[in-house]
Amino acid sequence: MDAIILQILNGLDKGSAYALIALGLTLIFGTLGVVNFAHGALFMIGAFCAVTLSRLIGLSHKVEVEGETDFLGNPLTKDVPYIYDWFGEATGAAIVDWAVPLAILFAIPVMILVGVVMERGLIKHFYKRPHADQILVTFGLAIVLQEVIKYFYGANPIPTPAPSAFTGSFDFGVLIGFDANTIIYPYWRLVYFAFAAVIIGAVFAFLQFTTFGMVVRAGMADRETVGLLGINIDKRFTIMFGIAAAVAGLAGVMYVPINPPNYHMGMDFLVLSFVVVVVGGMGSLPGAVLAGFLLGILESFASMREVIDLIPGINQIIIYLVAIIILLTRPRGLMGRKGVMED
Amino acid sequence: MSNNDVTRRGLLKSGALAGAGVALPTIFTASSASAFTNEPTGSTVTLGFNVPQTGPYADEGADELRAYELAVEHLNGGGDGGMMSTFSSKALDGTGILGKKVEYVTGDTQTKSDAARASAKSMIEKDGAVMITGGSSSGVAVAVQALCQEAGVIFMAGLTHSNDTTGKDKRANGFRHFFNSYMSGAALAPVLAANYGTDRKAYHLTADYNWGYTTEEAIRSSTEAMGWETVAAVKTPLTQTDFSSYIAPVLQSGADTLVLNHYGGNMVNSLTNAVQFGLRDKQVNGKDFQIIVPLYSRLMAKGAGANVKGIFGSTNWHWSLQDDGSKAFVKSFGTKYGFPPSQAAHTCYVQTLLYADAVQRAGTFEPCAVVEALEGYEFDGLGNGKTLYRAEDHQCFKDVLVVKGKENPTSEFDLLEIVEVTPVAQVTYPPDHPQFAGGALGTCNNGG
Repeated sequence: MDAIILQILNGLDKGSAYALIALGLTLIFGTLGVVNFAHGALFMIGAFCAVTLSRLIGLSHKVEVEGETDFLGNPLTKDVPYIYDWFGEATGAAIVDWAVPLAILFAIPVMILVGVVMERGLIKHFYKRPHADQILVTFGLAIVLQEVIKYFYGANPIPTPAPSAFTGSFDFGVLIGFDANTIIYPYWRLVYFAFAAVIIGAVFAFLQFTTFGMVVRAGMADRETVGLLGINIDKRFTIMFGIAAAVAGLAGVMYVPINPPNYHMGMDFLVLSFVVVVVGGMGSLPGAVLAGFLLGILESFASMREVIDLIPGINQIIIYLVAIIILLTRPRGLMGRKGVMED
Repeated sequence: MSNNDVTRRGLLKSGALAGAGVALPTIFTASSASAFTNEPTGSTVTLGFNVPQTGPYADEGADELRAYELAVEHLNGGGDGGMMSTFSSKALDGTGILGKKVEYVTGDTQTKSDAARASAKSMIEKDGAVMITGGSSSGVAVAVQALCQEAGVIFMAGLTHSNDTTGKDKRANGFRHFFNSYMSGAALAPVLAANYGTDRKAYHLTADYNWGYTTEEAIRSSTEAMGWETVAAVKTPLTQTDFSSYIAPVLQSGADTLVLNHYGGNMVNSLTNAVQFGLRDKQVNGKDFQIIVPLYSRLMAKGAGANVKGIFGSTNWHWSLQDDGSKAFVKSFGTKYGFPPSQAAHTCYVQTLLYADAVQRAGTFEPCAVVEALEGYEFDGLGNGKTLYRAEDHQCFKDVLVVKGKENPTSEFDLLEIVEVTPVAQVTYPPDHPQFAGGALGTCNNGG
């Protein structure tokens, strides 16, 4: 029982990342009809927003350490962040410590800008082209973006820790009557799950309860009619692209303490996220979220030693196996609407 | 009509045959007039440096390339000579190799076996490389080593730690200076026993590929021999990025020690995840929970950041060593590039010098003569103390370093501290040891 609860918890945070990326993918597909293979790259750029901000905050000058030498025998220098000089060591250290959550504020405008530039500069020229062309151009864009990141940040993962208040893990088992250490869960992963829930809720609320969202939903259902009513739906869809980029970017920002980011982290998530979208149902926002969490939890269960012993290799194929079963039994996906991606 | 036997069809046929002959890969024909593949005939000799220049190990490849460039500079008489001045052999004199100026070409392995073979093949066929060296993975090393054997050139392996490189996949034309999984296990076990006791329950997470298997086997047999129990060993996919679902059950299993048989990005993520789960703050079986990383590299220590603090592992070499060879190399490398060299850089630099020295001593670039010069060769002054290139398997035998993540690093390169220099006798094994069984060196190939 404890092992099952543990893997459900594990699946929730994995599913949070899948759901956030798949949500953005579905938003773009549902509004613009574009299959965006560069969406993983947006997640990666978000992660590097956190790296960039933590480097900006940590910008420092060198101070000689008296009586010590470096590996070549020259006087040893240590880096002192300017922020220590400006705000004092205690406040400066706290700001450095909280760089990742602060990066949310930095990432939102950057990601919206990146999304809008991407849509206006490249993707809009491919609206009327076949899906194969869209996939090729966005996949190419993803490769270009990751090479740009590698050029500036190198190929190595960059450790970007969570605030020290969130290090360590929470003993969830003790809370529900199990022995100590049976169900432990890292604090930051709890934060990530809560953060994902807030973002997903905010996106749904925005679409459901604002006039802008209502128009967008109407546009998703019947773009032509909304256009005939004199509404500039293209402009709104561009904004939605920016919002989808921001959602993927924020997922990336908060993910960096879980795994140190590197330039190809977007690709690691991209294929899985597409499977999530297909399983959830192309164009269905609740479907994307549901499938994200479902596949995250299934993936966690498939990684259990007992399951691997029973079916060797299941941990590597579970997601694709589920996708095949869903496509065979429910070709529209779990919550797919009629008419989407169908002739 | 005519006595001339040359017909249009005949001409076309012979033209096609001649064309096919010309189009044959030069690997089979180019040196038909030479005694061996790519025999240098001019005033220069070309070496092929095959390192990951793209992909996840590009940073490690860049450091290897820096070391190669430094070695070429020193061989040609430039710079301060580095370890040439501390090397026990004095055959090298700074005038290149056998009086020929050393030039080099580079290839990009991308840390993929097929790409690495293609780039090595191109350097041999198109650029005339007489020796191939480099790499940052055992899969690549084994693949390129086999190619070099077929082509008749020497392969001086870069960073490759799997037992198989000089075990079941060894080749007569291939040589490894870097240590291996067995040596990591043999060096680590006594240090672990001294620090953590002989009554431990270990849980292994193992990368699901060749290097992972040999490392798990080596660490398990060494730790079990001193009394540890292995409670579970779980294979993790090489493409795995989030290890939480593999780490979460560790505490439930009753294990008090986690061994991460992971390398590169796998290790960075699995260690980060394990620390996140607070494993190191836990008490199990009345003991502090411990994590072990059998093979450390700078790339991994940098990527995992503060998470490596206090964690034991092993390395082939470290820049803080205080022998004359290491100091000369660190000074040379540090002055040129501004930071200390990694173990990958060290092994690549040493392999280049060892090859050049062997050619110099043999008096020829002929691969079989070079093999003979390296087999059973004992040397010193290259940073690892007295070292033997064992004839039976072309593996270097030397001291192994047990290291620990440093508590208070002074720079981004000062991440590990040496805990013990394990003497070579403790990590030496017989050539027919079961962990290395199943292959044969075969005979050297001159190509030609």
